[in-house]
Amino acid sequence: MKVDRRRFLQGTAAAAAAGAFSSPAWAADDPIGVASVHDLSGGLDIYGKPMVDALTLAVEEANAAGGLLGRQIKLINYDTQSNMQLYTQFAQQAALKDKVAVVHGGITSASREVIRPVLDRFKTLYFYNTQYEGGVCDRNQFDTGVTPAQTVEKLVPYAMKKWGKKVYVIAADYNYGQITSQWVKKYVTENGGEVPSIDFFPLDVTNFGPTISKIQAAKPDFVWSALVGGAHISFYRQWAAAGMRKSIPMASTTFAVGNEHIVLSPDECNGMLICYNYFQDLKNPVNAAFVTAFQKRFGADYPNITELAMGTYQGFRLWAEAVKKAGSVDRLKVIEALETGISIDAPSGKVTIDPPTHHCVLDVHIAEVNDKKLKVLEDFAQQKPADTAAVCDLIKNPTDNQQYVIKI
Amino acid sequence: MDLVILLAIQVLYAIASLALISVGLAIIFGMMRVINLAHGEFLMLGGYAAIVATSYGVSIWISMLVVAPVVVGIIGIIVERTIIRFLYGRMIDTMLATWGLSLFLVGLTTAIFGNTTVGISAPLGSFQIGAYRTSGYTLFVIAVAVVVMFGIFVVLRGTRLGLIARGTMQNANMAAALGVNPPRVYAVTFGIGAALSGLAGAVLAPVSGVFPTIGVAYVAKSFITVIGGGAAILSGTVSASTLFGTINQLATFATTPVFGEVALLAAAIVLIRLLPQGITGRFFRRGL
Repeated sequence: MKVDRRRFLQGTAAAAAAGAFSSPAWAADDPIGVASVHDLSGGLDIYGKPMVDALTLAVEEANAAGGLLGRQIKLINYDTQSNMQLYTQFAQQAALKDKVAVVHGGITSASREVIRPVLDRFKTLYFYNTQYEGGVCDRNQFDTGVTPAQTVEKLVPYAMKKWGKKVYVIAADYNYGQITSQWVKKYVTENGGEVPSIDFFPLDVTNFGPTISKIQAAKPDFVWSALVGGAHISFYRQWAAAGMRKSIPMASTTFAVGNEHIVLSPDECNGMLICYNYFQDLKNPVNAAFVTAFQKRFGADYPNITELAMGTYQGFRLWAEAVKKAGSVDRLKVIEALETGISIDAPSGKVTIDPPTHHCVLDVHIAEVNDKKLKVLEDFAQQKPADTAAVCDLIKNPTDNQQYVIKI
Repeated sequence: MDLVILLAIQVLYAIASLALISVGLAIIFGMMRVINLAHGEFLMLGGYAAIVATSYGVSIWISMLVVAPVVVGIIGIIVERTIIRFLYGRMIDTMLATWGLSLFLVGLTTAIFGNTTVGISAPLGSFQIGAYRTSGYTLFVIAVAVVVMFGIFVVLRGTRLGLIARGTMQNANMAAALGVNPPRVYAVTFGIGAALSGLAGAVLAPVSGVFPTIGVAYVAKSFITVIGGGAAILSGTVSASTLFGTINQLATFATTPVFGEVALLAAAIVLIRLLPQGITGRFFRRGL
């Protein structure tokens, strides 16, 4: 490019003028930092990748709409590699080095409990966007995922009405499986049914033969699965291979979160009942627009937008809404704005922050696995996080800070 | 009674699957004294080989029983020629090198196939035992294990190749003096060990599924079995698999899967304490 003298002078003058104007307003033009702390590799990446994709889309949408408070948003992405040590390290980096306004992250309950105290200590707002076992009570944290009172409570009576009252529970042997199976037992008993046995499985078990015989010996009306992760997928394979899928049906609040229904063949999981806040097939205009935007960004062949991805998308949207309302990214001002009970029209329906628990009031849907698709059967509007609400009131006790294991 | 038969089948299945996943390691570790921490990844590659071949329209039986062992066997020979052959006799170094190899293979398969792989369903359907049902594929896995064990026995005991392999492992210099080419024997033996791992991974793929990190679920159990079994490849693998498989299945059935795993590990610890050389260190000493 040829630069003549006149144009050169014009350019430098403009640059100097811009510099003179922008320096006092420097802080306001700085992008707002948002940290993503998710497992993008290792055993949990089947969950983490869709979550980060959804967060990326949410940030890009916000930036395209002019950013927040006139500032652009900068997404800082940390890959925790399914490793708890990295969670501590990256949460500290996000809080101290990047000085982000908010951290979205954590997938398992274990990873959440690793970064929660770190972000509390360094006064950095934290959003945990995964469906989980409930009970976390911490003013610095907001939970956008569904809890057992919102899903298990709906799916148990539905399945019992359809199939019968005797329910055999199998669950992953960690925080989520242990607590969720207790909720299942509670709701089954309350609905006049019985739970002959609850079997727990370490996360790397791949041989389910003896359990399948035990289940057959117990003759339940249906099986409730709270199995989690790649190794446990083999249960569904072995269950179908033993010819059991057609004789004893199954219900779950963990199945399909990692797109298990796409990995397995229809013959191995058709007819299973599940219950979540979000399904890609939900029929409403907001969701239609969202799915189009998502597939435009990440490809039309994107396998399935998961519950966890939607939780993350909604978490960011709620936070952005609160920032607009507060007119600031200051942590306390944003928490106060969220505590007014902010709500958004999300692809999953209306989502509202429940001020005393910092969880969400949202719609849930029961769906059936049908030829690699999730067919929505019934909707339940505006479910409250009743389990956590029973133990947690952050309006009364703002300094409360723990995860309650709810006595059942 | 039905339940007893069903349980017996499952115990046999547990023994068969332990024997299958360990026998490749038994050859590589037991004969060649190479601690192969990439063993789990050889199994994983076998599973992927079978799935990819099946998805290209190859019959599932051919992809499991032929394609997978051939592919992983070739990979094994390449690994031996490029990495292992420089490290014979240096156990710690082979551990480090194969650990690195295992990380590399996990990363590579993740990059190629992603994390969620569409697997293959188990063929053969199910059959009825009284009031219970179980998978016909279980019997197939047991049959494969029996054939593999018998095949190894025949090769090692009855063929010239087996004789040369055993001789070279015992004293490479002597074998070389008798006109054998030890590097070639090493490469072929390592390849056969890898091929058997590939076969096991492929045969178990329809049951356990395949994903890049599945090797982790296999590798600890295969090492426990091989070390519990001791020096002799065949009798060691079979006796340790029988012991551990039975304990694991019966404990799982009687109590919970968590306790089943604990029982297996506890049995292994007691066994190693009592028989530091493994089962074949004291019994079946003259076995293969």
